[in-house]
Amino acid sequence: MKEGFIITASPHIRSGVDVGSMMRAVIYALIPVVAVSIYLFRIKAVILIAVCIVTALLTEVIFQKIRHKKITLSDGSALVTGLLFALILPPGIPLGTAALGAVIAIALGKQIFGGLGYNIFNPALVGRAFLMASFPVLLTTWVKPFSLDAVTKATPLGLMKFQGAATPLLNLFLGQTAGSLGETSAVAILLGGAFLIWKGYIDWRIPAGYTFTVFLLGEFIHLINPVKFPSPFFQVLAGGLLLGAFFMATDPVTTPVTIKGRWIFGIGSGVLLIGIRIWGGLPEGVMYSILLMNMTVPLINRYTRPKPFGTRRGR
Amino acid sequence: MAQVFNGGIHPRYFRELTRDKPLREAKLPGEVVIPLSQHIGAPAEPVVKPGDMVKVGTLIGRSSKFISASVHSSLSGRVTAVESRPHPVLGNALAVVIEGDGKDEHELFSSQDPENVSPEEVKKLILQAGIVGLGGAAFPAHVKLTLPEGKKVDTFILNGAECEPYLTGDYRIMVERTDDVVGGLKIIKRILKAEKAYVGIEEDKAEAVKSMSEALKNEKSIEVIPLKVKYPQGGEKQLIKTILNREVPGGSLPLDVGCMVSNVGTALSVYEAVSFGKPLYRRVVTVTGAIVKNPVNLLARIGTRIGDLIEECGGLSENAGKVITGGPMMGLAQYSLDVPVIKGTTGILCLGEKEISFHEELPCIRCARCVDVCPMGLLPTEMRKKVKAGHWEELKDYSLSDCLECGCCQYVCPAYIPLVHLFKLGKSELQRIRQS
Ligand code: SF4
Ligand code: SF4
Repeated sequence: MKEGFIITASPHIRSGVDVGSMMRAVIYALIPVVAVSIYLFRIKAVILIAVCIVTALLTEVIFQKIRHKKITLSDGSALVTGLLFALILPPGIPLGTAALGAVIAIALGKQIFGGLGYNIFNPALVGRAFLMASFPVLLTTWVKPFSLDAVTKATPLGLMKFQGAATPLLNLFLGQTAGSLGETSAVAILLGGAFLIWKGYIDWRIPAGYTFTVFLLGEFIHLINPVKFPSPFFQVLAGGLLLGAFFMATDPVTTPVTIKGRWIFGIGSGVLLIGIRIWGGLPEGVMYSILLMNMTVPLINRYTRPKPFGTRRGR
Repeated sequence: MAQVFNGGIHPRYFRELTRDKPLREAKLPGEVVIPLSQHIGAPAEPVVKPGDMVKVGTLIGRSSKFISASVHSSLSGRVTAVESRPHPVLGNALAVVIEGDGKDEHELFSSQDPENVSPEEVKKLILQAGIVGLGGAAFPAHVKLTLPEGKKVDTFILNGAECEPYLTGDYRIMVERTDDVVGGLKIIKRILKAEKAYVGIEEDKAEAVKSMSEALKNEKSIEVIPLKVKYPQGGEKQLIKTILNREVPGGSLPLDVGCMVSNVGTALSVYEAVSFGKPLYRRVVTVTGAIVKNPVNLLARIGTRIGDLIEECGGLSENAGKVITGGPMMGLAQYSLDVPVIKGTTGILCLGEKEISFHEELPCIRCARCVDVCPMGLLPTEMRKKVKAGHWEELKDYSLSDCLECGCCQYVCPAYIPLVHLFKLGKSELQRIRQS
């Protein structure tokens, strides 16, 4: 028998889940969303997604080359960022603008902090926030689904806020409305989200806390002023809430590690979102609510440290 | 009835490799290397010198301090050396080398009636027999069973959980040596003056649950509790939590919540010492792994070279990448097959080169999978950060000392971070700071 065995500290077996497989799972989970977006927005969706992904990957490589770091494309995180970024853009956005946003997402959203694991903000949302600040008009110009030309159409939330017009809930659920590429179909998002929860890759507490808070507060303001504020179902289904709740507010790197913290993060995002929808100038609010909560994560982690075993119930 | 503890994991168990095969006596080795330190506490002092003739059971190392344990010969023959030899835990340590004469003559001490023997007598016998906790920790049993002034134990728990993957030694003992285990259990319960005793067994070990329940069906104060299968169910604190719903506070002992836990193998040794006058000179070792040709549970003499036991199981079908004493979650990787079986060796696990994957560590992605599985409710990712940065002061707030080193966190970590290694480092650093 040969000797020269490998010596490492215990444990000697592993679960087989690694960063790469977690990222791949996110991609799989997004397949229904991507499929619906392509069905609704056709070739526009395909091109937009491709541009965002390629730009994100290139930016990652270039950054790592410049800083003489190991190229870590294989961990899949840049791919996920690129794809998610595409899915929160208006389908009709000029491709150059989209590419610029993807560069910002990777560069300012992630690499500047030291790469994966060190960033504070969700990279895709950083990219979008940047575009929103620089090109507000482009970011709020929506196209009608199924149209190849740029027939503009307001989003359900926009229709509600600025025209007081409601969109049928069934449309919101299935997704034949105007909106960002991947946010329109609740069904597709829920399918992917359920998959990730089932795999144990995301914690249900964040999406649950987020959506229920929006629902409850939505119900509350709806009761106060039903004319101005739509039903809570509408608040939940319209806009980017579900996509944000399942795919952005659950980004491991930028959300709390404690269980209590995850509740706080979800509920806090919900409160901020309703606040923004009531008082903000914008009909949306998902992006800023999550970005704002991202900032509080170190604080949340610090103050929600779990009580270790043995301090909960003595005797 | 049985609760569950928080956290924990469900690894693949690989018990089918050895579970259904009866215990087998290992071939008598030609030579044994018996370390004088096989337990927590001071090493035993050698009482033999080269040239001395010994029998199985002859005292070769005397327990020197209160926290120590005596060591006996496991072979009849001649002492050839008392010198430093490879040791599975300590690297190298003083050991008595005995060359066998093939006669296998025994030297036992006088046995007692297990039903009537006095507690003092039992403790003496346990001390004399060199019994230590056989679940792996190897804490001297006579020390553990001597209650400090003013402490009372109302419940004794026999630990038959055997939660480490691959290992099936305790299971085989419960199935094949049921009456002796029950005998040991009753002795321990009696000398502790515990009102109640439980036997905790993971419910997938159905046959053990059955035979133990059968043997105990007329005992009103002893109950078999089938437990949910989850690692580390066999951790003392987790076991006490699930069976009694009591939590042992950090830095405290089960004693502080009125209970005591002993492993199945320990109970068997206590019984053998009391009723047969046998010192602890052999133990059950699960020799296992997918690459072992005939994996099985062997009754091996202490001091047998682990390489010989692997050979006895038919050798390996392919090169081993790792040889581990103990289980895959908490066992120790060995440099060499020359290390001997010691009292704490629960198993010998051989993993093939393909079964071990070595990965470069990635940055922590803060996924908190480690947090969700930690059975002690700790924050492994935060402790990792503090250890790496050397922030020892802040580390104190994270209860690092409560870490069991169970490995759950590292098992699930997608970034291949050697968390347990870091925590061991951190603990010894904290200890160093405390001492200086
Ligand atoms: S499991 Fe690993 S990667 Fe995830 S938070 Fe814990 S240490 Fe970090
Ligand atoms: S090794 Fe320590 S920190 Fe990791 S899961 Fe076990 S008890 Fe928790």
